Formats: sequence, C-alpha cells, structure tokens
Amino acid sequence: MNGIFLQIFQNLLVLLLAPLLVGWVNQCRAWLQNRSGAGVLQPYRKLVKLFHKDAVLADNASPLFRFTPYILFSSMWLAASLVPVIATDLPLSPAVDVIALVGIFALARVFISLAAMDIGTSFGTLGARREMLVGFLAEPALLMVFFSAALISQSTSLVTIVETLAQKQFVIYPSLAFAAIAFVMVLLAENARIPVDNPSTHLELTMIHEAMILEYSARHLALIEWASALKLFAYTTIGFSLFMPWGIAEAGTLKSLPLALFILLIKLSIAGASLALLETVTAKMRIFRVPEFMGTAFLLAVLGMLIHFLLGS
Amino acid sequence: MSLVSTLLPLDIVLGVIVYWLLLGLLALFSQNSHFITRYIFPAAAFGSLVLAAVAVISLGTPANFAVLPLGLPDLPFHLRLDALSAFFLLLLGAASIGISLYSAGYFRHMASGTLALLCFEYHLFLVGMTLVFLADDAYLFMLAWETMALSSYFLVTTDHAVPEIRRAGFLYLLIAHVGAISILMCFGVMQGGHGDYTFATMRAAHLDAFWASITFLLALFGFGAKAGILPLHVWLPEAHPAAPSPISAMMSGIMLKTAIYGILRVSFDLLNVQLWWWGAIALTLGLITALFGVLFASVQSDMKRLLAYSSIENIGIILVGIGLAIIFHSFNKDALAALALTAALYHSLNHSFMKSLLFLGTGSVLHATGERNLGKLGGLIHRMPKLALLVLVGTLALAGLPPLNGFVSEWLLLQAFLLSPGLPNSYLNMLVPIAAAALALSAALAAYVMVKFYGIIFLGQPREANLSEKAQDIDLHEWLGLAWLALGCIALGLFPVYIITHIDYVTQMLVGHNLGTTAQSGWMWLTPIQAERASYNPMILIAAIVLGVWGTLFVVKKFYHGRVRRSAPWDCGFPEQTARMQDTAEGFGQPIRQIFDLFFGVIREVPSPFDKKPHYHGATKDLIWEWCYLPIAKVNEKIASLVGRLQHGRIHIYLLYSFVTLLALLAFVR
Repeated sequence: MNGIFLQIFQNLLVLLLAPLLVGWVNQCRAWLQNRSGAGVLQPYRKLVKLFHKDAVLADNASPLFRFTPYILFSSMWLAASLVPVIATDLPLSPAVDVIALVGIFALARVFISLAAMDIGTSFGTLGARREMLVGFLAEPALLMVFFSAALISQSTSLVTIVETLAQKQFVIYPSLAFAAIAFVMVLLAENARIPVDNPSTHLELTMIHEAMILEYSARHLALIEWASALKLFAYTTIGFSLFMPWGIAEAGTLKSLPLALFILLIKLSIAGASLALLETVTAKMRIFRVPEFMGTAFLLAVLGMLIHFLLGS
Repeated sequence: MSLVSTLLPLDIVLGVIVYWLLLGLLALFSQNSHFITRYIFPAAAFGSLVLAAVAVISLGTPANFAVLPLGLPDLPFHLRLDALSAFFLLLLGAASIGISLYSAGYFRHMASGTLALLCFEYHLFLVGMTLVFLADDAYLFMLAWETMALSSYFLVTTDHAVPEIRRAGFLYLLIAHVGAISILMCFGVMQGGHGDYTFATMRAAHLDAFWASITFLLALFGFGAKAGILPLHVWLPEAHPAAPSPISAMMSGIMLKTAIYGILRVSFDLLNVQLWWWGAIALTLGLITALFGVLFASVQSDMKRLLAYSSIENIGIILVGIGLAIIFHSFNKDALAALALTAALYHSLNHSFMKSLLFLGTGSVLHATGERNLGKLGGLIHRMPKLALLVLVGTLALAGLPPLNGFVSEWLLLQAFLLSPGLPNSYLNMLVPIAAAALALSAALAAYVMVKFYGIIFLGQPREANLSEKAQDIDLHEWLGLAWLALGCIALGLFPVYIITHIDYVTQMLVGHNLGTTAQSGWMWLTPIQAERASYNPMILIAAIVLGVWGTLFVVKKFYHGRVRRSAPWDCGFPEQTARMQDTAEGFGQPIRQIFDLFFGVIREVPSPFDKKPHYHGATKDLIWEWCYLPIAKVNEKIASLVGRLQHGRIHIYLLYSFVTLLALLAFVR
C-alpha cells in the first residue's frame, strides 16, 4: 500500500516540480548574466498561457503530428516517475529497467523527430536530422553509463543500483568517475543545453530542439515544453541516483519522506545552479563539432565499462 | 521405412509440403491471374497457418523421424522434426501467412503467364525452405538448399528484361553457390570418411579440435554467404531491390534465417565440441556486420536497398547472440548461453516479422507511385493512411523501441552482455564491453535509419506532386497481410514471456538449459536470470503510456476549449516554402556520411558557381567490393589469360600437348 501511495506521490511530485527546475536554472542563469530574471515560477506562467491559446495547425499536419505531443508528454512523465527520486520502493520500477528507460527516451526522440518531418518545412527536417544525429551517439553513451553502474550492482534495475550504491561506504569507483563525466555530457546534449544546443533562442541556424517544434503552438507546445522539463528532471534525478544516491528514502517508510524531500530539493538546487553556471561559462559549439563532443562522451563511457572489466571492481 | 499410423506433427508438415506443391502446379496449369491471386495465394496462407500451428505443438513434443525412399537408390531422405526445426518452421509459417495474403493483393495486376510461373516458383521456394529445416541428412539438406537457392534466383529475376536485375540475379546465384560449396565441404569433413551422410552419424562422430574448427569455419563461411555476413553481403543490396516486394520480404524475412538455422544446427547440434574462439570470431564478425549494415543503410536513397542493408545489420545482431552463446557454452556457463541464444532466436523471429512488414510496405508504395527512390516520395501519410499506420508499427519495431518486439530481443542480448564478467579469458573480458558498446551504437543508428525511412516516404510534402497524386491506398488483401505482420510485431513485443517459454525448448535441446521465465514471476514479467538482476514488463509500460496519453487527452479536452485553427506552415516566417526545401534521402544521411567518412567510398561531383546547367551528383560506394571482390576478379582474369596462352586454335599444337602429356605420364606412372 505504501508503495502505491509513494508511486502516486512521486508521479504528481515530478509533474509539478519539473517546471520549477527549469525556472530555477533560468533564474540562476539570469543572475549569473547580471539580469534580474523572470522568477522561478515563469515556466508555470508560460504553461498556463499556452494552454489558453488557440492551437494553430499547419494545413498539411497529419494525425501523427497532433498525436506526438501526447506520446512525448506521457513517455517523459513515465520516465521521470520511474527514477527513484525520494524513495526506492516504487511498484512501477521493476517494469522498466535502465535499458528500457533508455528505450523510452529513444521512443520520445523518434516520435518528435517524425513529427518534425511531418509538415515538410526546411527547419523541421533539419531539426529532425540533427536531433537523430545527437541521439544516435547520446543513446549508447547513456546506456554505457548505466552499464558501468549496473556492473557494480549486478543489476539493471535502477532501484537496485541506488540501493547498492547508497549502502556502500564512500568509495570512488574509477569506472563511475568516467561514467559521471560522460553522463554530464549526455545530459547537456539530450536536454538541448548550451554547448550542443541553446534552449533560449529561436531563429538560429544552429538550433536543434527549437527547430523541431517550430510548428507547434498552444496546448501541443505546452505539452512539449512540459515534457522537456520532465526530461531534464528525469536526467537530473538519474544523475543523483547513479552518482549521489544518498538521502533517498529506502524501504518505503513514510516517516523518512520529509527528509528525503528536503535533501532532494537541496540536490536539485545545487544541480540547477551548476547547470546554469556550466551554461554561462561555455560557448555554443558549431554543429559539426557536436559529433566529436558526443563521441568523446561515448568513448568515456565505454572506457569506464572497460575499466570495470579489467579491474574487476 | 515405417510411417506411423497415427498422425505425427512431421506427417502434417509433409502434408503441407505436398499441398503447397499441388497449389504451385495448379497455378502453373491454370494460367489465370484472377484465380491465382484470389484463391491460390490465400490457400497458401492457410497452409502456412497449419504449418505454424503444427510447429508450435511440436516444439514441446519429442523429435519425430521419417525416412522417405524418394532420393537416389540407397540414399533415402531422412527427415527429423525437433525443437530447433520446429522453431524455424514456426518462423517460416507465421511470416509467410502475412506474405502470402499480401501477395494475393499485390500481384493482381500482373500478366497471367508470368504470374503462373512466379506462383509456382514461390511455392517451390516455400517447400525448399521447409525441407531445409526438416532435413536430417546432408544429401536432402543440400537438395533442399539448392531448391531454395534456384527458385529464389528465378523469383529475383522475375523482371529479367531489365539488365540490372539479370546482373543482380547472377551475383546472387554466384555467391549462393560459393556458399553451397563451402557447406558441402563442411558436411564432408563432418562425416569423417564414413560415407554415411545422415546427421545422426555426424552427431555420433567425434572430431578433434582441429577438424571441428575447420568444420565450424566452413559452416560460418557457407551459411554466412546466405545470411549476408561481411564480406559476403554484396548480393543482398542488389538482389532485394531487384525482386518483387513479396519475394524480397520472403528472402529477407525467412530465407536469411535458414542460414542462421544452419549455423545453429552445425555448431550446437552436429558438432560435439565448441571452442571459445569460434564464439569470438562470430561475435566480432557479427558486430562488424551490424555496424557496417546500419551505416550503409543510413546513406541509401533507394528504399529497398536501405532495407536490405538493414537486414545485414539485423543478421549481424543475431550472429552476435550466437557468438556470445558459443563463448558461454564453451566455458560451461549454460544458463548464460541459453540467454544469449534466446536473444538470437527471438531476434530472428522478430526480424522475420518486422522486415517482411517493411518490405511489403515498400511494395505498396512502389505500386502506388512507381518510385523506389526516396528522393521522389514524401507525404504519403495523407494519400495512404492505412499503409502509413501499419508501416509505422514496423518502423518503430525495427528501430528497437519499447514496447514493440525489436526492443525485447535487444534487451535480452544486452542483458547477456552485462552478465558476462568473470569469463576466464582476459581477451574476452576486453572484447565484451567493446562489443556491448558497438551493439548499442548500431541499435541507436537503426533508429536514425528508420526515422529517415519513414519520415522521407510518408511525412512532409510530396517531393514530386504528380507521383503522390495518383497514389491509392492498399486493398483488402494487402491490408490483411500487413496487419497480420504488424500484429505479430506488437504481440511479440507485449508477450515476451509466452514466446520465451516456446524458445526454451530449443535452448534446452541446444545448450541443455533454459530461461524458465514464467516459473519465476508470472507471465507478464520478463526476468531472464533473477528478478533482482533485471526485469522488464512491456504490459505495464504500454499501459502507462496509453493511460498517460488518454489521461492527458481527457484532461486537456475537459479543461480546455480544444479550438484548432488551420493555416499555412509558419516555418519561422519564411515565405517561400516548397517541397524541394525538405531534406532529401542524401541530405538526411549526410551527417553519417561525414562522421564515418572513412568507411564510405564517396563520389561527389559538385558544380562550380558559374555552371550554366549546374549538375550535382553524389554516391556512396561499398569499399568492400573494391577491396575484396575486384582483386579476386583481377586474379581470376590474370589466370585465365595465362591459361589462354596455351590455346592457339591450331590442331598440331594440341596434338603436341597430348604427346607431351603421354610422355610425361609414361615417365611418371610407368
């Protein structure tokens, strides 16, 4: 019973907290750039605004185009709800292990790319091509990061990984160190963050994510924005689970929940601030450099796994 | 020679063979295209259904034997239906139901004379493949193998008036026979001088490690030529586009699996020993094949060539599973060997469904538009919505996305990789993580390829307006065939445990171990080793996504006005937007071509800015053709020209040769 309650609680928590993370990152970035910023609640206001608008669809939009935001939203919501955010006792978690989690991200990516090609504009196909380009290197890199952790805990279940890593005393695994760097690079690329893509610009020839969703408006756009927020949230919490699993409530006792929630908020604010800092101090890459960046991430992740095999630890 | 009075599964399978042969003959004599498409092809599908049903039943029953006095005197046909045969018969039956149903619609406009011949060869092809799976002696095996190769050759060259198709057919025939010679030699080594070519004798024979390795390598080469393992893949991208689409589907979906069957039969059943380095070779070859296939698939602009390269990729993935199983089996880790083998078999079954579905889909596109070139299609989702939906299922499945079937087998294979630490060989411990990474990379690239395939054919604006305007959606028979295969993709994705309980019989027979997944946590939970180690539940996954979509739709409808306005695409306010501004097939593949520049032989002719009539031409070449095949051809030519020097066409010189030969014989033999 506790498990089901926790699952529902987590589902709602991630849904409501995800835009806050985006707002926090943007606010931190504004402060770092010496702007006053729009406040951490701006993403919610934007969602409300978009939900009130009339949807404008292109003449030749197919049902696939209209259907994609819903698929995207629900798959990202599912992904974010599966990660042990505040507790490990989640009934949904055994259904989807880390490989399936990567699969869900891939599902969302394929659908948004197909939707981008649906209208047949030059920007749409350009965005789809670039998204798949980033994706085909990011996906195996993410999988290898997971594998490095899975080899240590002898399991691909994210819950078991968290439980194993949280219980062990603090040891730096060389394989996880490589995996952590690779993971940050994948996180930046997959969430359309600065060295790879810029989330805050339109009309830039190097845009990826924004190019794909140019034709979306109103409720569809709101769902996509929300899904992006959920994706960033999911990636961030995956990072916590793999590399800082401390403080996640185990065994599903409700008493430890407030503490776990508090720790989560602290972790999120630190992670958001670091992301903003990283985005402020780095410059955006040329699109042709992106494969090198992603290739580096992939190789680092493979190296991490190789080290595990060679050292046996 | 005793045919048991009660009906064994094997007898029913033989009955289906006779039934198919009769259907083929009936088609040949009727010469009536309406009759053939309306009755013969659906009847063939019924035969496939019976075959699939019998195969499912016979998976759990002990092996059936039969000896038919049909071959040469003293050389009867030995037949055997065991779990391995039954699994592949199931694959054959299940996939050919869809293909035969589809053929009933697809061939309806074909001239009756050609169609009658094609229908006869089609059934002969089916019979040949069935017999390959049933053969229990090398003689019948080779006979069935050649029947299959020759009937498919004639099917590939259905449009033999086109020179390229004749050329493709010739290449296919050539490589098929190079492979067949190797298979024959492999059987020759295995019978070990007994003169008895039954598989039972080969199983009993004990080869030493050297000869066993020779056998394995010969089998890998021979069956690899049929499967399209690098560097013997060159016929695939030529033959598949040349053949009519149902034939491409049959070849790619089913015939390639006969080679997988052969490799499994020889290496796990007929040979008693297994060495770990066989597995390492198979694993490495499989990975190279998979990566090569998917890279080349991503730069193709002909939709059937793209799928052919994707078949090469999938065969590579299956071979990776087999290689891993051999490695585990040779180290006596049979539970893991069973896992890897299950992944390989599962992927074979998946691939037969999804690739048949997509090849048939390209057939419908080809019929509707007359175009195979991706660069001239586009926007077909509006003209052919029924087809677009079914092909979307195949596309997502082939891209390896949950909750469809392609994902399940890749999941199993990755699990097998994750469980491999602790192999008592340091080279393997280094190979395994790299192999896992390469496998993950090729799976991710497959998604790239499938987005390109689907996006360019079905989405966007029509690139050539006149082509897409006349396009008509599929008819009932085509829809039935495609829907069967699409349903198969969904069912294989949603009920993995049910499928694996059937595969368990095969792994039990081959490596003496099975996964036994149902016993652990019920039919919904796929837990290959232990529930704590890994579990996957596609039902919950799809339920969550469907609930999420439905719930979101409901909430949005409830709390939101739901108004929609249609207008011209915005495209950042760019006013002049034409269909030619979309990515072409070449454009979409360009990043891959640029990143993996080394692997492609790129030919590019770019016009200078001052050209009056600018002409752009780009093509990617298969470098293996230049590195492997052209040198062999050159050496051959050289030898031929050397031999040619002996020939002058003058009678006295030939008499002189005879005289010298006689003298030499006298001197040596005496």
